[in-house]
Amino acid sequence: MSTTKPPALSDVEHIKTKSRRLRGTLVESLADPVTGAIAASDTQLIKFHGSYQQDDRDSREERRQQKLEPDYSFMIRTRLPGGVLSPAQWLALDAISQQYANGTLRLTTRQAFQLHGVIKGNLKSTMAGINAALLDTISACGDVNRNVMCNPNPVDSRVHEEVYRWTMRLSEHLLPKTRAYYEVWLDKEKVAGSGEEEEPILGSTYLPRKFKIGVAVPPLNDVDVYSQDLGFIAIYEGERLLGFNVVVGGGMGATHGDAATFPRLADLIGFIPPEQLLFVAENVVKVQRDYGDRTSRKHARLKYTIEDRGIAWFVSELETRLGFSLQPARPFTFEHNGDLFGWKQGHDGRWHLTLRLESGRVADTPGARLLTGLREIARVHKGDFRLTANQNLIIAGVPAEARAEIDALVAAHGLDGFRRSSPLRLNALACVAMPTCGLAMAEAERYLPQIVSRLDERLEAHGLQKEKILLRITGCPNGCARPYLAEIALVGKAPGRYNLYLGGDVRGQRLNRLYRENIDEATILGVLEPLFAAYARERRPGEGFGDFTVRAGHVSAPSSPSPSSSLSS
Amino acid sequence: MSSLSAKGVARPPGQAAPVSPFTSTLLGEERSGLLQRLVEGLPPEMLQWLSGYLAGLAAQRGPLQESVPAAAPVPQAVPEAWLTIIFGTQTNNSRMLAERLKSQAEASGLSVRLYRASDYPVRELQKERLLYLIISTQGDGDPPDDSRGFVEFLLSKKAPKLEQLRFSVLGLGDSSYPKYCEVGRVLDTRLAQLGATRLQERADCDVDFEPVAKGWLDHAVGRAAEELAPRTSSAVVTPLRTAPPAPKHGKEAPVVAEVLVNQRLTGRGANKETRHVELSLGDSGLTYEPGDSLGVWPLNAPELVADFLSVLSADGAAEITRDGRSLPLKQWLTEELELTKLSRPVLERHAALSKSAELQRMLTPEGAEAFRALLKSHQIIDLLRIWPAPWTAAELVRTLRKLAPRSYSIASSQKRVGAEAHLTVAVVDYTAFGTRHMGTASYFLATRTGDEERVRVFIEPNERFRVPRDPARDVIMIGPGTGVAPFRAFVQERAETGGKGRNWLFFGEQHFRSQFLYQTEWQEALKKGELHRISLAFSRDQKEKIYVQQRLREEGKDVYAWLEGGAHLYVCGDAQRMAPDVHAALIDVISTHGSKSREDAEAWLSTLRDEQRYQRDVY
Ligand code: SRM
Ligand SMILES: Cc1cc2nc3c(=O)[nH]c(=O)nc-3n(C[C@H](O)[C@H](O)[C@H](O)COP(=O)(O)OP(=O)(O)OC[C@H]3O[C@@H](n4cnc5c(N)ncnc54)[C@H](O)[C@@H]3O)c2cc1C
Ligand SMILES: Cc1cc2nc3c(=O)[nH]c(=O)nc-3n(C[C@H](O)[C@H](O)[C@H](O)COP(=O)(O)O)c2cc1C
Ligand code: SF4
Repeated sequence: MSTTKPPALSDVEHIKTKSRRLRGTLVESLADPVTGAIAASDTQLIKFHGSYQQDDRDSREERRQQKLEPDYSFMIRTRLPGGVLSPAQWLALDAISQQYANGTLRLTTRQAFQLHGVIKGNLKSTMAGINAALLDTISACGDVNRNVMCNPNPVDSRVHEEVYRWTMRLSEHLLPKTRAYYEVWLDKEKVAGSGEEEEPILGSTYLPRKFKIGVAVPPLNDVDVYSQDLGFIAIYEGERLLGFNVVVGGGMGATHGDAATFPRLADLIGFIPPEQLLFVAENVVKVQRDYGDRTSRKHARLKYTIEDRGIAWFVSELETRLGFSLQPARPFTFEHNGDLFGWKQGHDGRWHLTLRLESGRVADTPGARLLTGLREIARVHKGDFRLTANQNLIIAGVPAEARAEIDALVAAHGLDGFRRSSPLRLNALACVAMPTCGLAMAEAERYLPQIVSRLDERLEAHGLQKEKILLRITGCPNGCARPYLAEIALVGKAPGRYNLYLGGDVRGQRLNRLYRENIDEATILGVLEPLFAAYARERRPGEGFGDFTVRAGHVSAPSSPSPSSSLSS
Repeated sequence: MSSLSAKGVARPPGQAAPVSPFTSTLLGEERSGLLQRLVEGLPPEMLQWLSGYLAGLAAQRGPLQESVPAAAPVPQAVPEAWLTIIFGTQTNNSRMLAERLKSQAEASGLSVRLYRASDYPVRELQKERLLYLIISTQGDGDPPDDSRGFVEFLLSKKAPKLEQLRFSVLGLGDSSYPKYCEVGRVLDTRLAQLGATRLQERADCDVDFEPVAKGWLDHAVGRAAEELAPRTSSAVVTPLRTAPPAPKHGKEAPVVAEVLVNQRLTGRGANKETRHVELSLGDSGLTYEPGDSLGVWPLNAPELVADFLSVLSADGAAEITRDGRSLPLKQWLTEELELTKLSRPVLERHAALSKSAELQRMLTPEGAEAFRALLKSHQIIDLLRIWPAPWTAAELVRTLRKLAPRSYSIASSQKRVGAEAHLTVAVVDYTAFGTRHMGTASYFLATRTGDEERVRVFIEPNERFRVPRDPARDVIMIGPGTGVAPFRAFVQERAETGGKGRNWLFFGEQHFRSQFLYQTEWQEALKKGELHRISLAFSRDQKEKIYVQQRLREEGKDVYAWLEGGAHLYVCGDAQRMAPDVHAALIDVISTHGSKSREDAEAWLSTLRDEQRYQRDVY
């Protein structure tokens, strides 16, 4: 897009500029008793503090007729680098959700927690409570570096410990410097320079758009490292961390019918030793800060900066700033991007139990009292908890003798889904969507159980019930459950209607392709039926459904060869 | 004021009939002369005809002043023997009866002075010879707002001896209230105590006041005629207009309004159902002012009628006669009779029939508290179920009260909605004694949801609850719950009228999320500058209960400043708890911020009331 005079900055940029480092009129908005909402400009700023204004979409129309404003409430998202927290912190979040939120905890696809349904009047108390538990929500949302993901690899904990420590440092290093969060939520009094804090890395108007970092530890790609703006792939020898391969420019988000938007896999640009990690990350952020498109939010992610200017330009720009060049990328192999369920023993002999939590929703339902169960476990558990990038939970660091007790609690509260669920159900992801997500076009989390059962029926009919097929559902094309990397993806288009994507691999290395547009459940099952039949007949030994659909030509192979194939040995 | 015809004949006594020189202060020298010459020597029947002719003329030249005289009449214009009628009213029933009494009395040639209690110059009491008092009871045995001063004076030590006075009292009330016709009763006793002679026994009218009132009125006119009868009857005229023309609309002549909108206002999770009802007044020509209420004639719920039939184990088709009308039982129960609100007469009959000592105790003075509690908590059906009694359908039909209309504050201004009237209705729907209970009218309205639904309504004017005539005046409106209804009308009215006056609303309910009545409209009004300030109290959104009176105290400084600046103050809604609490809060505010003693604060506030700047419509 080449225009004569530079196009105008997007509204959000103006809001950020006027915001006095993200303070805006939040304090006034919170005090306004006439509405459960906050000022429009503040809805942009509050994201930087880790919260989104939402409303209950189920009751929106009914309330309009009742002359009531939408049922506004706030979603609060924690910053939880690597997804690690203590049992005490778990109990604190549980209690906060009982008191202020909707009584559920939501584990996200970025290893964080979300609380839903916090009303304006309770926002401050909730934020304060989270803080008292030595957790925070800073930069969980907004045009900043988001929660940094890292593989919670319980198998080789030494490397994990080291990678996790780097993850923490990455998150801390890229935090904004503004004290707005402390003033607005924690009533910390203003210090000199309040409102003009220096932001040496992010800049005074912060980044053009959200920015995401994930760290993968092969052979697992659970963080879907190629979907991140900036990804690091740990390269290690035995127990020794050598450094990281660097990938840049990944992203999922797209908009229906807007060809200028698309999911993109990150480019692998080299290798760095651990000590260069923070410096490299900082400068990747700075390049995006200075070159990202601040005129169009839809075009502002790093992936478009790179797509527009070319990866070569990006690398040279980065290396000039670094003052050195990256080493050639090292070989590695990804086996899959799922979780390893059940008990696994770590290097130190302690045990780690990975639980399946469907769509990451921890709630008490007539069927299963998951929240209560995990509360009971948190009360006795001595190790820590680890959230996975697949919305699941690891009870980590359990001494052998404590396993029985945990197993009993797990069984007693229906947390043993991982033992009973079909492979399809075990690995499926769904975003939140209705009723809280303001952008949802169709159901996702609430629809997952039903569609999985229907699909399982069909798979069973073809003797495929044991196949580990990766299904992901989102309520819109933003891609919060990273659907474009799934073997079967349903992306919401309208209530009850989805776009069907096929052909992803299970390693997060190949984008799937649009197969059918805007179809309802019957049609979805209808078009998959012959493919299941063919897969059952013609698949090669060990061939996944996604690989099959590509090989057999049901979907066209991706234009670009899958990213790491050139290197993976 | 009394009519010309009546005045023409009310002459100083001791003058020879038929006609002799006189000067009417009304006509003045010259005209009196003319009139004199005109009537000179005319035979009685001519005089009769003439009086009618003149009365007719008078009628043509605009109706005789129906409304109440603002000031006392010019004394000398009043003949020495006259009847004074004083009424105290909230919803105009007493006024209507008082005006009827006046015209009946005038029709029989008496000269009459008619006063609203608030307009009566109490010092004239000693001059009165004959006084009829028609007054209703409000609140919990309180006088109507317009009568507070009058009643206070009569009950105070300042009240003069009244040996010269002959009087009678007509009390209006509702026997479903524990203090039935309290005010009428108290004044009746007090006047006697002050030495006045009871000319005729007091009568108490229940909500269906016509029968009793008619008897009392007719008798009263007769007695008055005797008392004031001029020595000669020759000139007692009967003008053509004997009674005021029956009003086109009214309680007894309701308009059938179509339900346009019937929308629930309370959201999910609310403990109450409150509804917004829009009625079309069509081309009825019915008009109202913000502050008026709408009278609604309900029908009893089919479910409840069925319950009665089964308790009576009677056949709904059975013809039953009451007051000379014969209707099927089911129709009596559905359209004609009060089936929910318990009242004293019903209880008395039921206590007797059921032979329940417990109930009978409640009717004794010692049982007063239990009686009061019973009225509050029991509907008639509960009585029938808990203390069974051998009612026959016929006897029940004859015992139950006539179904009475219910009032609803009009929540709209015609300047904005034209020929519509909007209501805000809290639906009475609760469970007690293991069964669901409904309120007759609120449930009736709540269920008028189909198309073509119709409701019989009439306007209940309330000129003591009006926006300031001067649009530059500020207003403070305190209306928690459905008390907010008239203020929606006020804000619409003042927005349409324009004017610089500011509007400040105090609203409260249980929960912000589900019970902020008209939330989006208030938000709009604030944006448009039609509402200038709103103070909210949601009692159950936090541990400690918060009500509007607390907000009043918090905002006390400004509230007082507004009042000092001439603001008008309005309170609408619950009479039991809210209104007294709000009053107390106002006293606090005034004494604190006006640095006044409680007494001075009270005085300050009653001055405000006298200036009509502190108006209440509580129920
Ligand atoms: C909770 C979560 C999905 C889940 O089921 O776990 C989620 C939920 C939302 N995402 Fe997301 N996103 C979540 C991971 C993702 C991911 C996956 C990832 O990061 O690995 C993506 C795709 C990767 C990417 O960013 O490209 C993702 C791409 C988006 C987008 C599209 C961004 C784009 O560049 O187009 C939006 C919309 C936007 O930003 O304008 C979005 C916006 C949203 C919002 C906040 C909707 C909104 O903006 O109003 C959703 C809140 C729903 C709700 O009611 O809770 N979310 N979102 C994930 C929270 C992660 C976290 O803890 O931070
Ligand atoms: C001037 C004026 C204005 C008014 N404005 C409004 C208005 O704007 N909006 C509005 O909603 N109402 C208003 N009202 C009140 C309204 O007139 C009715 O009184 C109200 O709707 C109840 O009438 P109903 O026929 O539904 O109930 P009823 O048939 O009269 O039944 C009420 C009976 O049920 C019993 N009862 C009721 N509630 C309970 C309970 N919770 N527990 C136990 N027993 C109970 C009591 O025995 C009571 O006698 C106004 C009243 C007046 C006088
Ligand atoms: C809020 C309210 C309170 C009332 N309180 C009593 C009462 O305590 N005792 C009583 O006998 N009647 C009570 N009534 C009934 C009225 O006196 C009755 O409706 C009467 O017809 C009103 O006459 P008016 O229109 O002249 O005021 C009350 C009516 C209302 C609206
Ligand atoms: S993918 Fe769309 S619908 Fe689902 S959570 Fe993200 S933004 Fe909402």
